[in-house]
Amino acid sequence: MGNEWISLGQDLYKALLETALMVGVSSFFAIAGGVPLGFLLFAADRKFFWDNRFVQASGNFLVNLIRSVPFVILLVVLLPFTQIVLGTTIGPAAAAVPLSVAAIAFYARLVQGALYEVDPGIIEAAQAFGASPARILGVVLFREALPGFLRGLTVTLVSLVGYSAMAGIVGGGGIGDLAIRFGYYRYQSNVMFITVIVLVVLVQIIQSVGDRLADHSDRKGI
Amino acid sequence: MIELQNISVRYQGRNQEVLAVDDVSLSIGKGDIYGIVGASGAGKSSLLRTINLLERPSAGHVLVGGQNITALSGSALRNQRQRIGMIFQHFNLMHTSTVYENAAFALRVAGKTEDEIRARVPEVLELVGLTDKAEAFPSQLSGGQKQRVGIARAIANRPAILLCDEPTSALDLETSTSILELLGEINQRLGITIVLISHEMAVIKKICSRVAVMESGKVVEEGDVFDIFATPAHPFTQQLVDHTLNLELPPRLTKDLHGTLLKIIFLGDRAETPVLSEAAQRFGISVNILHGKIEYINNRALGLLVALLQGNVSEQHTGNLPATLQERMAQAVDYIRLNTAQVEVLHG
Repeated sequence: MGNEWISLGQDLYKALLETALMVGVSSFFAIAGGVPLGFLLFAADRKFFWDNRFVQASGNFLVNLIRSVPFVILLVVLLPFTQIVLGTTIGPAAAAVPLSVAAIAFYARLVQGALYEVDPGIIEAAQAFGASPARILGVVLFREALPGFLRGLTVTLVSLVGYSAMAGIVGGGGIGDLAIRFGYYRYQSNVMFITVIVLVVLVQIIQSVGDRLADHSDRKGI
Repeated sequence: MIELQNISVRYQGRNQEVLAVDDVSLSIGKGDIYGIVGASGAGKSSLLRTINLLERPSAGHVLVGGQNITALSGSALRNQRQRIGMIFQHFNLMHTSTVYENAAFALRVAGKTEDEIRARVPEVLELVGLTDKAEAFPSQLSGGQKQRVGIARAIANRPAILLCDEPTSALDLETSTSILELLGEINQRLGITIVLISHEMAVIKKICSRVAVMESGKVVEEGDVFDIFATPAHPFTQQLVDHTLNLELPPRLTKDLHGTLLKIIFLGDRAETPVLSEAAQRFGISVNILHGKIEYINNRALGLLVALLQGNVSEQHTGNLPATLQERMAQAVDYIRLNTAQVEVLHG
């Protein structure tokens, strides 16, 4: 019995690291790719900034395409791409590739949404004072939308924890995979129970840290 | 200072083209406080925005300080805009920045150094009376204080022109008065030309020296605010002025009136002669004053009276008079008209 718990502890620890790797890598790309893509979609839409119908339409289509494919399918569809990028399709690093693709599209939409939420009057005021489009986008809009960006990032991280559970399909490992393999396939309810608790705690931590950061950057509500 | 020449602004609406501003020409002098008044949708906001080209006119030219700015674009336009301040109905402050940072915005845009900004921002905050709020966020301020931050931001870069888009429409009466006083003070002390739009003639009356009245994209009347109040020519202007002066009589009084109801306007120097009692004596009528007030517009007095002329004078008196009551009444109205600025017969 004792050995079983020790081995579960080791499995959990390993799974946590794998989850951390997958979520960490994909959220890095969510920020690095999603923020610029979100700004691009926003800038291409509004009359003043760029107003590029083609970029707007094709960007929208691409984001919708990625978001409409169920993640399990995306995981499989992107296997050749993962092979090219990493030279392997197995393991948490390989699972991080489709996760990143999904995360970029997901977060880009949330970034775009947060930018639309900024009062157009603030943009107009910045224009009236002669601010350049770069300053309006990079300083005014970035600052005003930052609370929204942080809230969106929290939602993205929580979703990525969920998505990463499906990574077991490509041998990605992680906590969700542990719950499925031991808890579901082997009928070890106690393992499933513990892993689910770990997931709940993990999500709670992400959410409360995210909320706190967002509130800190958002002075509207004080 | 500002010349608007044959300005038209067209929008492409969903179904048809909308002509927001229809061939408007205005000339705004240096140091003026110029009002543009009109109902919502009259095009005044579009017209105001052509001055800094937030709205590019579909036709016509905008000359600022003799320079045709309609030709500008890109960084030349941005440089021009840095010399024109603007305040807004809903303030449009950056919520995530402090009062200090909001006030510094125009300076940063204009590429001022950190030292210049540190010297200038406290100056403008003091001018608008918000020195102690420098580190506060907009959400911690009242509406009036937010507009003061807006004003501080607008004048920080020492613009020659300040555009005001319904600056007091989101504020209560008392706060709006203090904001208008501040704008007047800024105009006096800094010599900034102010262009202000409002749907309220009362706002125009408080601080403007000249006014243009807009209706469905056109300027229907333009001139000195006092003159417009004293002798509004266009029906829409008359309606606005009447509404502002508020000389309405209770229905009880107007229901069965016997006699002639006059609205009489006195201007400054004429107010001293006892015209009404003179008329009463001369023509054997009685004068009953139902409403009256004196408005001071740009420090000039505008006297308004609503008076009822009646023929109910005792028999012995009328016996000595040659004409009929009707004739005497007409003579009395003519006499009053001759000796006051304006007489309008409201009834009878």
